[in-house]
Amino acid sequence: MAESSWLSEFPAMDRADLLAIRKSLDGGFREFSRAYGDAIEAFFDPLLSLLVWIEQLLIQSPWWLVIAAIAGLSYVASRSVKLTVGVIVAFILIGYFGMWDNAMRTMGIITVATLLAIALGVPIGILMSRSNRIQTIVTPILDVMQTMPAFVYLIPVVMLLGIGKVPGVIAVVIYAVPPVIRLTNLGIRLVDKEVLEAATAYGANTWQRLWGVQMPLAMPTIMAGINQTIMMALSMVVIASMIGVKGLGQPVLKSITNQYFTMGLFNGLAIVALAIIFDRVSQAYAKRSQKHMQGMHHE
Amino acid sequence: MSNPFIQVKGLYKIFGSDPASILPMIEAGKSKNQILAETAHTVGLKDINLSIEKGKIFVIMGLSGCGKSTLIRHFNRLIDPTAGQLTVDGVDVMQLSQKELESFRSHKISMVFQRFGLMPHRTVLENVAYGLTVQKVDKKTRQQKAKEWLETVGLKGYEEQYPSQLSGGQQQRVGLARALCTDADILLMDEAFSALDPLIRSEMQDQLIELQETLHKTIIFITHDLDEALRLGDRIAILKDGELVQEGAPEDILLNPINDYVEAFVRDVNRARALTVETVMKPPAWRITADTISEALKQMRTSPADYGYYVTDDGYQGIVTQEKLEEAEQNDAGADKVCEKVIDELPPVSPESLIEEVLPETLDADYPLPVVDEEGQLCGELSRETIAKVLVDTTTDEEAPETIVEHRKAS
Repeated sequence: MAESSWLSEFPAMDRADLLAIRKSLDGGFREFSRAYGDAIEAFFDPLLSLLVWIEQLLIQSPWWLVIAAIAGLSYVASRSVKLTVGVIVAFILIGYFGMWDNAMRTMGIITVATLLAIALGVPIGILMSRSNRIQTIVTPILDVMQTMPAFVYLIPVVMLLGIGKVPGVIAVVIYAVPPVIRLTNLGIRLVDKEVLEAATAYGANTWQRLWGVQMPLAMPTIMAGINQTIMMALSMVVIASMIGVKGLGQPVLKSITNQYFTMGLFNGLAIVALAIIFDRVSQAYAKRSQKHMQGMHHE
Repeated sequence: MSNPFIQVKGLYKIFGSDPASILPMIEAGKSKNQILAETAHTVGLKDINLSIEKGKIFVIMGLSGCGKSTLIRHFNRLIDPTAGQLTVDGVDVMQLSQKELESFRSHKISMVFQRFGLMPHRTVLENVAYGLTVQKVDKKTRQQKAKEWLETVGLKGYEEQYPSQLSGGQQQRVGLARALCTDADILLMDEAFSALDPLIRSEMQDQLIELQETLHKTIIFITHDLDEALRLGDRIAILKDGELVQEGAPEDILLNPINDYVEAFVRDVNRARALTVETVMKPPAWRITADTISEALKQMRTSPADYGYYVTDDGYQGIVTQEKLEEAEQNDAGADKVCEKVIDELPPVSPESLIEEVLPETLDADYPLPVVDEEGQLCGELSRETIAKVLVDTTTDEEAPETIVEHRKAS
């Protein structure tokens, strides 16, 4: 080794040192999860109960009632008969091809993950929009969350919480929350300065400015973020199934390992159908609630 | 009133990372450009001193970038000054806490914006009521009030529309109604009419003047348009590069520009429309008060002019000329009373009229027109020469003879 020059070979770290680093980090984390794993699991217990409750509600209720409820929600949100009929047909097909229970499980986890992502993402986005310092800190974290392969952050999550629904939801939220944070921040920052100044000039305080002006005007952008979050959550279900999340992802995983093409295709199409339904309904709702904004480009 | 309603004293605004460090440099006499080059700080406003009277329209004018929009934002502290004092109605605005400032903004002072600043997600009615919403006035009261103001600005029936459905002029009327709805004493208008078409703009100016006649608000109006400034302003302040160049009554600015900069501004103004008779009239020629023609002639002969205005206890009666008086005396009517025979009718003009309005009469008359006030008292005269002098640019007026002389010398 002595004669090999650092010019021809990269002066890498000693293999033994590297091993030591890995060992100590892994050991440290293992210690941590042993010491606090139970506490953290207990912390997430309410989340687990919520997940189980929603899943059971969707599976135990008669299928026609569930379809009626979903169709009703779609209609209230979008006021579109065409879209509602599409939703009903899609769910009947999913059920007819024997994927009802799995579709319901996936719906349950997506709903919870989306609600959680909104509940976390919107406040973080608001904070980011209020301070440039917070923005410079949060932005690289979001970059990491979006580009780091999902498997990598599954490892510590599984080490801490084991296999099951809760780590699955956490993994989905980590993957899906960045868009809603980014677009909440962007939406608030893009609010017309003069409108905000007008609110200030009439004596509005910080709270009145946020809820009376900034949030309503940022809403179209925030809705786009929520929409993206839902889409990303759905695309995570296959990966989440690797850590024991039941749903449409599991048959897909099974088809990959066993080369069941048709089974994979059907379940894949069911995921796509869910994605389209969520997307169209949320978009239609966003559009309808912003009706007065049309043609607001005054000169 | 010893203390003015709004007073600005030694106001400085410097933009940059460490504004306070720049103050000594300004006092040392460094120019705006020097400071920008040496320290990357921009001097926005420099030593502004203003006194604004209650119930008047005070116009601040200047070209874009002169700091007028920065200045107006100091009155409600949308911008904080680097140094200086600002008192409104005896209250030191700089000493207000955040809470007090919010209350000051919502009760005392309201603002109209160049690009309207309306909230696109609220209806017209909700926009007008916004100031009251912030004050947490109950819904019924604020809607009632907002409706009244909407009617005043001529937008009845538009309550449930959204701002995007309105034209620019209508949107600014909503902005105006919103500003009036809080009953604030002070109205800040930041280039409020600049984004509107000329026709709509003059309509809005009329409306503002009309409203001001009944409301008597203290209005601070920003504009880059001197015609607008002259039309609206009771006082005008001209800003240049963040410094106050001249402040005074409109005719003061127009007739006595303090330097080349103001003069350049004033040059293109339609003076006939901007000035009133009062501001340009000359003291009247001899008042003839005698009873008899010969006494009148005696009075007339002491006068340099060959005409006089015949005035009795009842005020102005008409014009008498030396020629006519002499003629009458030769006809042995010297002892007669001054009567219609020797008095010529000459229509008087009012001191408040715009020159534009009296231009034809003045040019038609053989003698200068008498200026007579509401009580019938003679207060001045308006001659063709005076008008010609006023309407012709002052600079060319003075330079012209010299250039002619020089030309002659050259040839």
